[in-house]
Formats: sequence, C-alpha cells, structure tokens
Amino acid sequence: MLQERASEKYTRWLLLLVACSSLLTLGGIVLFLFMEGLPIFNSISITDFLLGSLWYPTDEPPLFGIFPLITASLAVTVLASALAVPLGVMTALYLAEIAPSAVRRVVKPFIELLAALPSVVIGFVGMVLIAPLMQDWLVAASGLNILNAALMLAFMSVPTICSVAEDALRAVPHSLREASLALGATRWETLAQVVVPAALSGIGTAIMLGMSRAIGETMVVLMVAGGAAISPTSLLDPVRPMPASIAAEMAEAPFRDVHYHALFATGIVLFLLTLTFNVIAQRIAEKHQTSSSAC
Amino acid sequence: MNAFRLLLAGALAITLAAPVAAAEKDIIVNGSTTVLPVMQKVSEAFMAANPGVHISLSGGGSGNGIKALNDGLCTIAMSSREMKAKEKEQGKAKGIVPVRFTIAKDALVPVVHPSNTVKDLSVQQLRDIFTGKITNWKEVGGKDEAIVVISRDSSSGTFETWAELIMNKEKVMPAALLQASNGAVTQAVGKNKKAIGYIGFGYLNDALKPLTVEGKAATAAAAKDGTWPIARDLYLFTNGQPTGMVKTLIDFTLDQQKGQKFVEQVGYIPLSK
Repeated sequence: MLQERASEKYTRWLLLLVACSSLLTLGGIVLFLFMEGLPIFNSISITDFLLGSLWYPTDEPPLFGIFPLITASLAVTVLASALAVPLGVMTALYLAEIAPSAVRRVVKPFIELLAALPSVVIGFVGMVLIAPLMQDWLVAASGLNILNAALMLAFMSVPTICSVAEDALRAVPHSLREASLALGATRWETLAQVVVPAALSGIGTAIMLGMSRAIGETMVVLMVAGGAAISPTSLLDPVRPMPASIAAEMAEAPFRDVHYHALFATGIVLFLLTLTFNVIAQRIAEKHQTSSSAC
Repeated sequence: MNAFRLLLAGALAITLAAPVAAAEKDIIVNGSTTVLPVMQKVSEAFMAANPGVHISLSGGGSGNGIKALNDGLCTIAMSSREMKAKEKEQGKAKGIVPVRFTIAKDALVPVVHPSNTVKDLSVQQLRDIFTGKITNWKEVGGKDEAIVVISRDSSSGTFETWAELIMNKEKVMPAALLQASNGAVTQAVGKNKKAIGYIGFGYLNDALKPLTVEGKAATAAAAKDGTWPIARDLYLFTNGQPTGMVKTLIDFTLDQQKGQKFVEQVGYIPLSK
C-alpha cells in the first residue's frame, strides 16, 4: 500500500516536471539570450546600437548600428500583413459563413497544406521564380527585395490567419445569427454587422499571430530579401531583416567576440518584438473569451 | 528512484570523463575563416580514419589563430596571410618557431550576367563599383543601366579575400546585396542582367560570365603563377616542425588524393602536382 502511494507521488512529480519543462526551457533560452547579448553594451551605447545606421560588423573598427535591420524587419512584416490579412480573413469568412460544406472540405485542407510547406521551399520559389519576374515586369533593379520577401511571408501567414480567424467566426453563437436574421437583416448585413464584430477579437488574435510568424521567419528573408543593410525608401529596395542578419553571420562570428554579442543583442530586440505581438494577441484573446461567455 | 539515481550518476561520470580521455590526442586548430571550410572537411575525414584523435576546430580570423599559436593555445593556426613581422617577434619572445605550410590557393573572379557587354574591369573600377562611386554600366563601357552590386556577408572568408585584394580598406556600400553563400551569389547574378558579384573559381558555371581583370583571364594557371590579381595563398602554421599525429594531419591535408580533394570541393585551387 505504502509502495503504491510512493509511486503515485513520484508520478505526480514527474508529470509536474514534464509540464514545467517547456517553461524552464523558455526561461533558460531567454536567460542565455540576455547573458550573451547584453555584453555588447560595454562597447557601444544602446542608442548607437538601436539608432546607428551603419552595420559593418567585421570592419576595423566595427560598426554595429541595427536601425536599418529593424526598419527592414518592420517593413517586410507590415507589407506582408497588408497582403496576408485581407486574404486570410476573407478566406476565413468565406469558409466559415458562405462556402457549402463540400467546397469547404476541399479548400480547407489545401490551406492547411500551405502551412506545411517548408519555408526553404517558399524561399526557393521567391528566389528562382519571383525574383526574375520582378526584374522583368516591375523593372526592379534586383528581384530580391522587400516586395518579394513580403509576398513570400504573406504566403506563410495566410494559413495561420485564416484558421485562427475561422475558429473565431465559428465560435460566434448561432443564436446571434438567428436573431439578426429574424429581425429582417439580410445575410450580408448579418455577416458584416453581427458576426464579424462578435468575432473581431478572435480575428485580431489571428492577425497578431500571423504578424509574429512573419517577423520571426528567417529562411525566407535570408533567401529573398536581398541582404542590403539599408533603411528602405521603396518597395523594391533590398533589405536585411534581423533574422537574416543573425542567421547569415552567426556561424562565422568568433565565440564571445563583440560581433557575437551584437548578434545576440539583435536577437533580444527581435525577441522583444515578437513577444509584444504575442502579448497583444493574448490580450485580445482574453477579451474575446470574456465577451463570448457573456453572450 | 534508485535506478534514476544510478542513471544520473552514470551520465555525470560520462560527461566528466569524456574531455579528460580526449585531451590526450587533442589537436586544436584555430584561425582564418577562409581556411576553415577546408579544415572542417579534412578533420572530419581525418578523425574518421584515425579513431581516438580529436580535432577541435574554430574560426575567428587569421590574426586570432596566429595569436593563439603564439600563446600556445592551439596546435595549428590557419591563416589566409603571411605572418606579420610583429607577430613573428611576439612568437619569438615566447619561444615559438613558426613553420609555414601552403595548403591551397584562394582565387576569386568577378562575374556578371552572360548578356552583359562589359568584358574587362580594372581593380580600381571594381573597387569604385563596390564602394558605389560607379553606379551605371555605361561608365565602364556597358549599356546605360544601373549596376546591382552583389557581395558576400562580411563575416565570410570570401568577403575577407575580396576586401583585402580589391577594396583596399574602403567599405563596400551599404546598398550592396549581401548573399550568404557562393551558391546564392551565383543565383542572384545568373538571374539579373544588371548584377555584378564575385565567387570562388570553383563555382564558375555557364549561367555566369567571368570578367577579365586588368586584361587577364581567370584561369587556374594564372592564379598559380601569381598573375591573377585576386588570389592569395592559404596557410597552416605549426610551432616547430610537426611530429606525430600533427605531422600526419598536415601530410593528409597536402595529399593530392586526400586533403587536396577537399580543397577543390570547397572551391579553392589545389596545389600543383
């Protein structure tokens, strides 16, 4: 009897440990990120790092201004969202509210398949297929630019945005729709003025998750964004988003050298940005839960 | 629980014991990132052929490697340049007698799209294009089109070679597209009529047009006899004539059938037979 109780206790501890492991991992990674990133500020001030406009990490003396990298990340993310949000949300609306179930059964798996495409494959498409087209059709100096990267990132965020938004739309209680229709509203009016407002916070979460997916994506921007460390002035400028810079340079940066610390510090900035997106998404989701339970 | 403790103790014992066991046959190689890819392949093959030998490899630049050799912190220093007089003195003060081995030649060639009418550029023109002083192909005898400059990531060895032999301390302009590999440069230049880039000799293919520099064509022969302007020797340095496993490793690297095959794979020019 005693034996059994002891084993039960151990099992419980084991499960607790398992449950905590992801928390510990996250904590460990964040701690490591800060430990390796913060020493850069011994050799350069925070303002020079964040607002400096020249990124020459291996020159003598090195220059670590990541402002062009931050603007690059924001530019591709914002543009990607501008493309992906309408596409994702409207697809979700169609699938959740309008599509006959036969259509839905065919279309939905394909959208989910889009999410399963490895990013390197999408990057390859951008590099080999889209880049030459942009040079020919848009007369871009180089097809490796913001627009190309944003297009590819939009491809990747559409499935996320679409499936989260669709769930939110489906969670809107049927009673709301019925009440609206009963009051004489048309199907369109019901959709635009009742269902979408009721699901708005869920759609907001979807958008935020899609954006954080886009800002953290590495392979695609490494392959198609162009890699020039300049603050962009046009949609067809090549840029160097933060993840691309970290991925390209980390392997060759000497261990615990200033360059190494600078890349980790860039990682901190990137982490704080994605964290912001996720916190906003979480906030919106919480609001969503309370509002739907009130219905 | 007992089993768990045993497991933990076992794991601890292994982690503690492993470095001690390996230290006896540790060969520490440090230095140039240009030489690093060759030594990566060489050491993998060498460790596979000689079980029990452990080679620990790190980059950090030629200067770093030479400093480590002078401080007795590494067995072999990789370098893409000759030792400076000052470095030799520092080593001498610590009783270090550097011995140099040339293991390969790194030669770069500027490339453009096959449709580009420009055939030849001088070193000065190349530098001006990469710093952004020359921005249109017509300034160097080509069509009236903007030049798209494609360079390598500044931490790569290829960039280091280009910077040293072409840029002469000037900065590659920030608007240059930095690509992460020779392959990516090949892609970017091969698909863009306005582009110019540079790659290792080993990566030339039909999708690209190699330029002549100062009237000289990029051939392996020209790189070897020193007439090609964008080429440099790659070296290994040891303290005194190497013995034992270190000697075996160096012989392995210089062997036409072994190490020199990897030199070619990485895109450098192997030693002449």
